Amino acid sequence: MSHKGKTADRFRYSDVVLMLFSIGLLIMIGSFFGGRDTQSRAPARELVSSLGLSDLALFTEARYLRHLSQADLHSAFQDHPVSFDHFPGGSLVMPRLIGITEGVDHENMD
Amino acid sequence: MKIWIERQRSLIDFTVAGLLRRKVRNLGLMAVYSCVVFILATVMLFTHSLRKEASVLLSDAPEITVQRVIMGRHALIEHTDLDVVSKIRGARHARGRLWGYFYDTANGANYTLMVPDKVHTIKQGQVQIGAGVARARDLKKGKFLFLTTNRGKLFKLQVSGILSTESELVSSDLVLMSEQDYRNFFRLPSNVYTDLVLNVRNSREVTKIAEKISAVLPDSRVITRDDILRTYESLFSWREGILLALLGGALCSFIIFAWDKTSGLSASERQEIGILKAVGWETSDILTMKLWESVLISLGAFLFAYTLAYLHVFYFSAGLLEPVLKGWAILYPQFHLTPEVDPLQVMTLLFFTVFPYVAATLVPIWRAAIIDPDTVMR
Repeated sequence: MSHKGKTADRFRYSDVVLMLFSIGLLIMIGSFFGGRDTQSRAPARELVSSLGLSDLALFTEARYLRHLSQADLHSAFQDHPVSFDHFPGGSLVMPRLIGITEGVDHENMD
Repeated sequence: MKIWIERQRSLIDFTVAGLLRRKVRNLGLMAVYSCVVFILATVMLFTHSLRKEASVLLSDAPEITVQRVIMGRHALIEHTDLDVVSKIRGARHARGRLWGYFYDTANGANYTLMVPDKVHTIKQGQVQIGAGVARARDLKKGKFLFLTTNRGKLFKLQVSGILSTESELVSSDLVLMSEQDYRNFFRLPSNVYTDLVLNVRNSREVTKIAEKISAVLPDSRVITRDDILRTYESLFSWREGILLALLGGALCSFIIFAWDKTSGLSASERQEIGILKAVGWETSDILTMKLWESVLISLGAFLFAYTLAYLHVFYFSAGLLEPVLKGWAILYPQFHLTPEVDPLQVMTLLFFTVFPYVAATLVPIWRAAIIDPDTVMR
């Protein structure tokens, strides 16, 4: 075998590094084009549409967390006059600023 | 070009050999780096895909929901109100919904009891349950679900079906039953509903119809589909913000750690630079070599951690975040998110984790590389 052949066969760190980086970059770029699978959502969409569901079942610990979009601003504090929201999920949920249709302030209509 | 590539490959060979000589230090640095990127990427990927999931799934939610409010609380709405809403021009398919909560003392879980519309007819004495309820009560099709009414009586219902696990994100805690069973269970009169839902013939008139409903039913609260979608949009933005703010402390510690590691060169590193200069390396060669060193560590850690975060969120259902989301709840849906990645978010994370590290290494190396080799070696 010639000297040139020996050089070509030699193990090089750069080959391994460049291969690993290429795989990592391909995974990263490939992940940008992943969200096209609409089939897997079909059963949930069908259920939302037919039952008229309005919320995700992510937090079931309190009623105002289970149906976030249906609860009003005060739901978290309704248990008694100086009640604080004490559910762990409540600390992660943003105070609800909507539920007020444009132009009509339903919260203050009473 | 070929020469340039070969030159870079040789520099990588030399750099990796150098990194392996200080194996423990560099692997430790990469581990901390990967850990920080993994946590940040997990939160970003999870909240973004959940936000997307909510917007897609809830795009089929009712166009308008009407709730009656008494003393600031959600109250039952009467059948006569349904007639009033049905007569509004532009409103269609108005119907009363029956749904409510049930706290199961047997296992401490909260269920959502609901009467389906006419498409999902359920016979009296039967129920269809969400996969979460089936798991919590160890139920299968044909078995019986026993619920205790508010009068302490047992209510026996046969499970006629379990809702698909693919829909668990919206149906995990659902118990669907017939209208008669629902009214008997909660002792509800026949003329009331939990709320009303309706569609609007022309989607551009939703706001107008909502205004009309508010005018004819002043004690009601009107929620449009856009309100629902905006609620989830803001919820996940807030949640992501809270988690990232909590992680801010960890990120700061990491920046200090990385700065400390990179901004000051050790004596052996300075000596190495001196030797390289003495054997004929130019300042630009040393800078390129050290640049490769910081790129290999930071980009390598980033790509590794990002891949792990991607697998964690989309193939292992973000199991590490589950305790945060679950709180005190007994039921938690087992769901697989459809991979949705925002390239801008990932690029921002890449920029803020890789660029500062690479930049921090350059100045001290340049300072060491321009000093006389003899001085450096001494």
